[in-house]
Amino acid sequence: MSNIIDIVGLVFIGIGLAFDFFGCLGLVRLPDVYNRLQAATKSVTLGTCSILFGTFLIVGFTAAGFKCLLCMMFLLLTAPVAAHAVARGAHRAGVKLWDKSVIDKYAEDKEGEI
Amino acid sequence: MESNGVKRKIVLFILGFIVWCLLVWVPDWQHLVVGVFVAGMIALLVGDLFIKKPGKLKHPHRYRYFIFQYVPTFLWECIKANIDVAYRVVHPNLPINPGIVKVKTTLTSDTALTFLANSITLTPGTMSVDIDKDKGVLYIHWINVKDKDVKGATKDIVEKFEHILAKVFE
Repeated sequence: MSNIIDIVGLVFIGIGLAFDFFGCLGLVRLPDVYNRLQAATKSVTLGTCSILFGTFLIVGFTAAGFKCLLCMMFLLLTAPVAAHAVARGAHRAGVKLWDKSVIDKYAEDKEGEI
Repeated sequence: MESNGVKRKIVLFILGFIVWCLLVWVPDWQHLVVGVFVAGMIALLVGDLFIKKPGKLKHPHRYRYFIFQYVPTFLWECIKANIDVAYRVVHPNLPINPGIVKVKTTLTSDTALTFLANSITLTPGTMSVDIDKDKGVLYIHWINVKDKDVKGATKDIVEKFEHILAKVFE
């Protein structure tokens, strides 16, 4: 029985590693700050949570297991806030969107306010 | 007003104490004593920032909606988001069509808006850039803009979470 749980945990860790890899690939390939943040927050959040959850399944309800669960919770709560802060700061500091971006409602609304 | 403030601090104290117990698992009495002091300090210092209306914590149906509606919806959207972003990143032509759109929301409480913005950031191709609480407007960076119009974007991005969050937090 514990063998099966170990295997499921390893599968979760594998999925997490794959998503983390895609996140990093996105960080390199995508064109501007905002798109890169998208890749960084989404993929890396789910990827890291998946790794932590896999670890939790393997170690069970021990000291390390509870810390894994807490880390997942804090990561889910704080990663989007950090991305939001970076994006807002970048926009306010005048970082332009990618040339082929379709629309920028934020700049239209904020014009003349800063 | 005064009892409200005390209640807020007590709620935060209990939460902090539970988190502390999980962090120092397995708890023995030394850890618990330190935990009481730490949780008490935190409750005294930042108790005012945390929850505005502690009375809302008493309603069991809020927890039910949170666990059985919000969490599954959120997890499902989150997994979809990741597969979507992974596909765009791996595709040789980078099929992205980015832009910042404006959406409207009817939520007003701080916690609900925070959860809405966080959910949006973690779901398909959208990331909240700024929020205007007075006008009820969020500015969303969308990796693949399908609808430039305020109404259309609101329908696509906000609505799937909004009605659930309204039941949980408002």
